[in-house]
Amino acid sequence: MSAAQWRKAMNFSDAGRNWSGGRPVAATPSDARSATRSAPAAQAGVSLGRLWSHIRWRHVIVLAAVLVYPWIASPFFTYQIGAQALALGLIALSLTFLAGYGGMLSLAQMTVAGIAGYIVAILGVSGTPEISLGWPWWLVVILAVAGATLAATFIGWLSVRTEGIYTIMITLAIGMAFFYLAQQNYAIFNGFQGFQKVVPPVVLGIDWRGPVPFYYLALFWALAGYFFVKYLTRAPFGIALQGVRDNARRMRALGFSPVAHRVAAYAVAGAIAGIGGVLLVWYNGLISPGSVGTSWLINILIIAVIGGLRHPVGSFIGAIVFVLLQNFAIDLIDRERFNLVIGLGFLVIVLFSPDGLLGWWDKVKEWALRRTGGRRSAGRSNEWRSVGVPQVRPVGRQ
Amino acid sequence: MTLVSSDLSPTAAPIATGNALELEGVTRAFGALRAIDDVSFSVAAGERRAVIGANGAGKTTLFNVITGDFPATSGRVRFFGEDVTMVPAFDRIRMGLRRTYQSSLLFRNLTVRDNLFLAVRGVARGRFDFRRARASHPSQAATDELLERVRLQSVADRPVSSLSHGQQRQLEIGMALAGAPRLILFDEPAAGLSPAERRELVALLRALPEHMGFIIIEHDLDIALRVVERVTVMHNGRVFKHGTPQEIESDSEVAAIYMGGHRQ
Repeated sequence: MSAAQWRKAMNFSDAGRNWSGGRPVAATPSDARSATRSAPAAQAGVSLGRLWSHIRWRHVIVLAAVLVYPWIASPFFTYQIGAQALALGLIALSLTFLAGYGGMLSLAQMTVAGIAGYIVAILGVSGTPEISLGWPWWLVVILAVAGATLAATFIGWLSVRTEGIYTIMITLAIGMAFFYLAQQNYAIFNGFQGFQKVVPPVVLGIDWRGPVPFYYLALFWALAGYFFVKYLTRAPFGIALQGVRDNARRMRALGFSPVAHRVAAYAVAGAIAGIGGVLLVWYNGLISPGSVGTSWLINILIIAVIGGLRHPVGSFIGAIVFVLLQNFAIDLIDRERFNLVIGLGFLVIVLFSPDGLLGWWDKVKEWALRRTGGRRSAGRSNEWRSVGVPQVRPVGRQ
Repeated sequence: MTLVSSDLSPTAAPIATGNALELEGVTRAFGALRAIDDVSFSVAAGERRAVIGANGAGKTTLFNVITGDFPATSGRVRFFGEDVTMVPAFDRIRMGLRRTYQSSLLFRNLTVRDNLFLAVRGVARGRFDFRRARASHPSQAATDELLERVRLQSVADRPVSSLSHGQQRQLEIGMALAGAPRLILFDEPAAGLSPAERRELVALLRALPEHMGFIIIEHDLDIALRVVERVTVMHNGRVFKHGTPQEIESDSEVAAIYMGGHRQ
């Protein structure tokens, strides 16, 4: 049998046969290796310069606005709206990190935050001195965040073997279990009543309970969480996490253990949610089973989704909208019907932009680009757009 | 030429002698179907081997069992003398086994550079590193080197979803070359490539360092028989014959079942 017949038999496509075989092709892996060597000398100033080049006007404006905000706004707006949105946004950020970058939609993030809150109340000072131990605030806070991280790691360990709807179900079950535990246990969780008078300490002569100090405290941690997530998603751990989200099997074939990465992501999200939980218990001044009930588990999901899971800023945008709706829906309609407005608001957002409010931002930008003839598109827009790729970033694993 | 600086290599990989891979009665069943059935053969360290056979002969399943994507139903797999039958896939990769996939399995939302970076970091220490890798980090240099090697520098910062099919195949191969591979499994690397791209592929395969053995599944004999030393023919999940490319090419029996397998 001739070689030609062989090829006919073996090849499904004819594509390979036009190629004249036999002639050895020079092995030239080295001829292309000239251009892209970066000069190591210039690297010292690069990172600062790179940071500078990433700063846009909108970053400066937003930062200035959130810093000046309490000096313009009333104490109500500073505390009830601003600080609450920041604390809730931080908890939602932990879900954005898990779901957006890790593909794991956990409903137990409020449970993790609640565990931190309960630790603050039980170990620290509260209106129930029979249970609360009255430990110093700094120790309590460290233990609260550590406890939340541990709890989140455990929740992650339980749920990473599931995917999609099953992750939602198992984390919801865990959240419900903790809710009932807190409600029915009086020895530690003080049952239905929970703990009142859980307030931030007076440190450095500042009463952190005051609207303006507490706002800045929440703002500091919100910004810290935001930049931490932004940074982490480009670090090896974060890139690997996105790889696990997109294709766990492929990651295994590259030497990664997807299970270990997912559990670690839960731990990271747990630390973020724990800090948010400490802030939230201080904001409310109390914690009770109602703080970790089903409605709050779902509220965190709503905040993250209406903001948009694509980017960490989405959780804060979602939190602002959520808090505003919660506070002012009652002014728009009579007392018994205000939930209708809230529900309608969320419905409209999700209906018109499955990508959350961040999706609207993209649409506005696109519209503006079209108006200006796309002249500014090349240099400033990110790589995603400049190569003409659809902006869809799936939240779930493919 | 080494692909990465030495401190990134997962295990010191001395030029090993003996067998890179030993399969002993390996069977993988899907329900009643035995996709591979009692397959036993070995591949010497540094050897280049082709596995050929009609569609459904069990070639890709064989790869999946070797890498641990699917566990073997029965039998033993040894990698450089070590029994890896029960070792999870990611640990086998860290031991120096690599593979490419028949239909490109890439991270389509990540850039080309990130894909290669992941491949580099997957077999190095610091998989859980929370700090970004600085430009001076050895893994960046290793990533650049891989980019050059598979000639994707010009599209380095583009998301994979915008790449042509040929470029995606190149990237698949680049990801398999990360770290210090000791045995690479190529699953139809030439599928869908243009003639020019096939020439580049052959050049790339031939330019691999000598100690880097590989097994290649390929329907295009122009490629398969030109880059390997030995050929294994599979038929209906079993090993049908081994031989040199010349022996296999002139074997009428092999040709007959191959043609027969085709008509089905």
